[in-house]
Amino acid sequence: MSEIDSLRASMTTDFDSRNMDWYIDKIVQFLVFIAGISAIVFIIGIFAFITLEGFGFLLEDFSFREFFLSPFWEPSDEDAPEYGILALVAGTASVTGLAMIVAIPFSLGAAIFIGEFATGKLRESLKVLVELLAAIPSVVWGFIGLSIMNPLIIDLFDVPVGLNVLNAGIILGLMAAPIMTSIAEDALKAVPDRYREAAEALGATRWQVIYKTVLPAAKNGLLGAVLLGMGRGFGETMAVLMATGHAVNIPDSLFDPVRALTATIAAELGETAVGAPHYQALFTIGIFLFIITFLINLTADLIVRGIRKG
Amino acid sequence: MVDMSINLAAADMMMASLAQGPVKLGVTDLNISYGGIPALRDVNLTVKEHEIFSIIGPANAGKTSFLKALNRMDTFNTNMKVAGEILFNGLNVRNLKNIYALRSRIGVVFPLPVGLPLTIYENVALSPRLRGINKTSDLDVIVERCLTRAALWDEVKDRLDSLGSLLSGGQQQRLTIARALSQEPDLLMLDEFSIAVDPVTTMRIENVLKELKQDMTIILVTNLVQQARRLADRTAFFLEGECVEVGKTEDLFTGAVKDQRTRDYVEGKFG
Repeated sequence: MSEIDSLRASMTTDFDSRNMDWYIDKIVQFLVFIAGISAIVFIIGIFAFITLEGFGFLLEDFSFREFFLSPFWEPSDEDAPEYGILALVAGTASVTGLAMIVAIPFSLGAAIFIGEFATGKLRESLKVLVELLAAIPSVVWGFIGLSIMNPLIIDLFDVPVGLNVLNAGIILGLMAAPIMTSIAEDALKAVPDRYREAAEALGATRWQVIYKTVLPAAKNGLLGAVLLGMGRGFGETMAVLMATGHAVNIPDSLFDPVRALTATIAAELGETAVGAPHYQALFTIGIFLFIITFLINLTADLIVRGIRKG
Repeated sequence: MVDMSINLAAADMMMASLAQGPVKLGVTDLNISYGGIPALRDVNLTVKEHEIFSIIGPANAGKTSFLKALNRMDTFNTNMKVAGEILFNGLNVRNLKNIYALRSRIGVVFPLPVGLPLTIYENVALSPRLRGINKTSDLDVIVERCLTRAALWDEVKDRLDSLGSLLSGGQQQRLTIARALSQEPDLLMLDEFSIAVDPVTTMRIENVLKELKQDMTIILVTNLVQQARRLADRTAFFLEGECVEVGKTEDLFTGAVKDQRTRDYVEGKFG
């Protein structure tokens, strides 16, 4: 047998047999594929489940007019139950709106300070602190609303009850601020330093550099941060359940108690019979919330992606 | 004919006196280091009013650090330590109360064009706005004048509202020159401006610089030896953090050098 023949013989064996490495590679590929696809499967599964549970209501008792335009949420009324979410939407919107008014200045200010002014250790410790704040469980925030903000509001504004739009809005604003700060700071960091240097070389002061150059360049990322904070506020449940006063009401003032969409589901779902119209109506609220948060997050994501490209 | 030659002689004399004009920039014992590692050692030189003063030398010679010290860009880098005296119009830039006022009088053009994320118009109008000029009619005049002087006006006059970053590299570099001119600087510093610019645009910018010399002092950092020869009245040769030699550009290129290293660099033996 010549040398080339023996070489071919050994290669044929190699080419025709699958060794351990080949099998491990296939297994890992499969596991990674499952992990990757599962996130999508779960999301679709959750949406399908919510839709299915709320489907009966959508087909029978659902009236578009009543659901969106009636301010009366009276599902337990034996004779004529009413399923209007207008007051709940007003509750969620007023609390989220106030939360944004509280959170935007705080988080933008913090992001500008951390990203543009703080240096070295101060900057690093502030970033860690912000991440820590974002990790506080929402029930703790609700507890702060109930036990600290409530008496404070009663004392300061001389009102009978301190669980209202003001309380929940401030609590939700403080909750959303850390995550908004974090994202806004990322957006500022994405602005190249050469812009800052070029603007400073023109004689611009630090603030002029930020105001005229950095903020316009980062505006998409900042908008994304605000929208993600809004999504967070919209979907928040426990803190608003505890701090709003949980009364179905279209608020006239900051001191009116309200009820949020999410809190309604959390509070009532356990008391309903599975499959009953009330149960299904709560799931229809879930569909509504799912769509709204999905739209907010999608918009935020598209905007944030926009800057990365441009 | 006779009259004309007399005029030419007079013009020559004027040019000569301009070239030896008052000191614009006096640098004494300048030392720059980054985190303890020296980048520039014991630099002493003067730049005169209305001259083009070029600094040549290979990479890591300390040329850019020198420029950064002049307009106090060292504040960006906490590592950067500057010692020595820099007199700009006779005032020491090391102990000014308002460095923003200093920077607003010194135009800078960076190696790679930095179009700020603004429209072409706003790129040029930014500096005047910072100075408090807000009237549209005034800004229009300034923007047109600066873009014209930077040889860019004809190419962009119909799209002043589009983003500066959409221009080509050479156009962006002329935009940054227009922006520097909008500062109405008495000192214009260019740091290897032609690095990202094609030869034709480079020649256009060089012609612009020759004209600008009448209105301002220009410091031109370049690693193109021939560019220094074409433009500069006087040239300094920096090498590894040392200012090897300062002299009339013509002397440096005709062999009248004091240091052998200068001759070798100018003749292309290294660098």
